[in-house]
Amino acid sequence: MARLPVIVVLCLLFPSAYAQQNTANTAPPAAQSCVACHGAQGQGTGSYPHLAGLGEAYFKRQLDAFASGERVNAIMKPIASGLSEEQRQALAGYFSALAMQPGGGQAGEAPTGPGRELALHGRWQQDLPACVQCHGPGGLGIGADFPPIAGQPAGYLRNQLKAWRSGDRPAGPQGLMGHIAEQLDADDLKAVAEYFASLPAAKEANNE
Amino acid sequence: MSRSLAIVIAGSVLVAGVAWSLATLLTGGTEDYRERFASESAPASEAGSSAAGQPSSPSSSQAPSPQTATAAPSTEPPPRSAIPDNQFGDLVRQGERIFNDTGQYADAYAGNDLSCQNCHFDGGRYNKTAPLRSAWPMYPAYRGKNQHVNDYAERLQGCFIYSMNGKAPPRDGEVIQALQAYSFWLAKGMPTGEEPEYRGFPNVAEPPEPPSFGRGETVFQANCALCHGENGQGQKAADDSMGFPPLWGEGSYNWGAGMHRVNTAAAFIKAAMPLGKPDLTDQQAWDVALFINSHERPQDPRFNGSVQETGERFHQHQGQYGKTVDGRVLGENAPPSGTVP
Ligand code: HEC
Ligand code: HEC
Ligand code: HEC
Ligand code: HEC
Repeated sequence: MARLPVIVVLCLLFPSAYAQQNTANTAPPAAQSCVACHGAQGQGTGSYPHLAGLGEAYFKRQLDAFASGERVNAIMKPIASGLSEEQRQALAGYFSALAMQPGGGQAGEAPTGPGRELALHGRWQQDLPACVQCHGPGGLGIGADFPPIAGQPAGYLRNQLKAWRSGDRPAGPQGLMGHIAEQLDADDLKAVAEYFASLPAAKEANNE
Repeated sequence: MSRSLAIVIAGSVLVAGVAWSLATLLTGGTEDYRERFASESAPASEAGSSAAGQPSSPSSSQAPSPQTATAAPSTEPPPRSAIPDNQFGDLVRQGERIFNDTGQYADAYAGNDLSCQNCHFDGGRYNKTAPLRSAWPMYPAYRGKNQHVNDYAERLQGCFIYSMNGKAPPRDGEVIQALQAYSFWLAKGMPTGEEPEYRGFPNVAEPPEPPSFGRGETVFQANCALCHGENGQGQKAADDSMGFPPLWGEGSYNWGAGMHRVNTAAAFIKAAMPLGKPDLTDQQAWDVALFINSHERPQDPRFNGSVQETGERFHQHQGQYGKTVDGRVLGENAPPSGTVP
């Protein structure tokens, strides 16, 4: 019986998704339940991270990790646990194909100083690479495994870096990111999170 | 009077003594970095003069490596913010740009998808990847590679011809001048002609077993493909720039570059790869160095039409040029060298 309203809602939502996206990227039904926190186009809301443009492999890995509890988060755990393998894959494919709009995210004036220095040049005296070497110029990401971090909420970014340090998030492919996070101190986390939060989540000239 | 004479004599004896013991120490090994250092004004040639991994060099941990045998002051290069705001500073900044984004700022001379800093990290500052400030004060120097004394400009030209698979920029043109100004600026405070603490890549010990292609492939898939791609082709970033550089194929360094030598690549990989977490064993570093350097890459610029002859003349070292891998002779199917746009 409860199925009927859901079907009706979905029927209404499909055309609107098409209208906004105007591509063959059809929202899987499960994507509807993400809108409240992650926005209708996955562009994020408030302190919730945006999902649009995250790499497919990366996205899937996160849902799996939320569900298994390896990535500790009280909100996302029940949501991810309720999704089947197929649904997770479909969501990953869908959101990774959405593009962030220029001007989206939390863009503002990029701060200069230690956060920028770490982001662009790393701290090689301590064998620490620059963030952009793996997250790409402007923090816009590289391929399916290295997520874009530009324009994510500063608080969210900082929490992730903390989570690695406290063991609340798996170290990721080859343990690379966990190893980096371990070498940062509280000041670094704050400065570098603020830096990336202030960058635009998409380039002005959308070369999608 | 006689007292200062005595001091001068005592001083000279001391210096000579130190030089003598150093020379003895350095010539102790086989034909390698150290030996050349002792017999010539300065060592270092891109083609494998690296201390790294010469066949009979002793284990890196115990043996005095070139990085620890001498005691030049271990200063830091000046911070980026210290580049002066004048014409000289402009040239330094231009050199830094060319070094970090060679395809964009020296496109007429760069023939592949690499930049200088892909191998010399942090704009040529990182101590473990042949830092520029250690190179600048060590030229002019004899290079076995071309068998004459090279000044720094000629050394830089070699980087373009081989590592960048491009063409030599003119000595007095902006590219070489800017790279020289940048190197000179980074080398502030480094003693001229004195073997610096960090030079080239750190030593890597001989592998317990001879390097193996098969094991190397396993190491590659587990530790490198994530970034450099399944086929070593590299990966573009979201903004279409080169995110992770190619390890072989037409976009990478050519068959004449220092990095194509298995020993040199093993040293680099051991010190610096995987990026940010270089945790391979010596054996793994050698295996994967052999693996990446057993694929086709742009032709040796000194190629004379015959892989066999070119191999005999220029490849009497630890490289795979001219060897048969998977039924194919490496070098026979090489893309052309020096392909600048
Ligand atoms: C009630 C709010 C809420 C809803 C609904 C929600 N999420 Fe989340 N989501 C969050 C929060 C909060 C985080 C940040 C978790 C953290 O800090 O680790 C997050 C993080 C994520 C991440 C990780 C992003 C990254 O950059 O690593 C993914 C992927 C994700 N959510 C997917 C989804 C999907 C798919 C849905 C719908 C099926 C969904 N979320 C619904 C609140 C929500
Ligand atoms: C050696 C490569 C590498 C470097 C350098 C690197 N990262 Fe990462 N980073 C990764 C990988 C891989 C992931 C994905 C981890 C996963 O799949 O769980 C990641 C994920 C992240 C995330 C999570 C993104 C999200 O949406 O939740 C943040 C935040 C982050 N990195 C910040 C940084 C910062 C800040 C720096 C510089 C101090 C940095 N990274 C340097 C490889 C790297
Ligand atoms: C986290 C991503 C990452 C991983 C994993 C990684 N590399 Fe790299 N590699 C890079 C980056 C980035 C550069 C360029 C560094 C720079 O410009 O500062 C590079 C440069 C190189 C270079 C010199 C430039 C070129 O293209 O020839 C070689 C050789 C190399 N890597 C080999 C390896 C090998 C072998 C492995 C596996 C043991 C490996 N890398 C693993 C990111 C990675
Ligand atoms: C594919 C990797 C690679 C690239 C790209 C590369 N180099 Fe090198 N470079 C090397 C290797 C290997 C050596 C030899 C190091 C050794 O012998 O220990 C070297 C040596 C040098 C030296 C001499 C160092 C010394 O101490 O004598 C200079 C200077 C230099 N490179 C500059 C450059 C410049 C400038 C560029 C760009 C135009 C460049 N390199 C591009 C790999 C590379």
